[in-house]
Amino acid sequence: MGVTKENVESALNSALSPSHLQVIDTSGGCGASFEIEVVSEKFEGKRLLERHRIVNAALAEQMKEIHALSIKKAQTPSQWNPQPAQA
Amino acid sequence: SIRCFSALSPQLKSTLDTVVNSHKVLLFMKGTKDFPQCGFSNTVVQILKSLNVPFETMNILENETLRQGLKEYSSWPTFPQLYIDGEFFGGCDITVEAYKNGQLQELIEKAMCS
Repeated sequence: MGVTKENVESALNSALSPSHLQVIDTSGGCGASFEIEVVSEKFEGKRLLERHRIVNAALAEQMKEIHALSIKKAQTPSQWNPQPAQA
Repeated sequence: SIRCFSALSPQLKSTLDTVVNSHKVLLFMKGTKDFPQCGFSNTVVQILKSLNVPFETMNILENETLRQGLKEYSSWPTFPQLYIDGEFFGGCDITVEAYKNGQLQELIEKAMCS
């Protein structure tokens, strides 16, 4: 059984208690592939490389099967500023 | 006693120390700079080409020991892996972000002059 979007969400939720989390399955049927946006206080005071390491570590178990992972955003709550809807 | 399997032998580690320090900009990737075999690797190659800097690439698809060992060496689970001035810089997402905000160019320029 492969890794699902729900697996990824639950691993990130429990490791990072994110205030915003978006996981998009980008596999199109060719194997586990995801794009994620995550906003968490755990990123406070950490540069981008360290933030990505935290995400990778949270998904260590899933990474064995994930074919491609793209971390589009790894921000702190104060950086997170959702784009207003286009008028 | 507990024994943990490691793909990173002391010999491989010391080889990698030498290799990453012998090139200012080094990309471990899937395929070669002229024939990338993955979209993520291709993205980083295109960024480096557009910055007009000399860089070396190593094809991890040709060497499974290297591929597994590097994941431990960099503490990074995926490829591509970009090294600048002997230090791990990041994967594709980090490189794209740093390219957009100008930090990549700045860091590479600094490396070239050091």
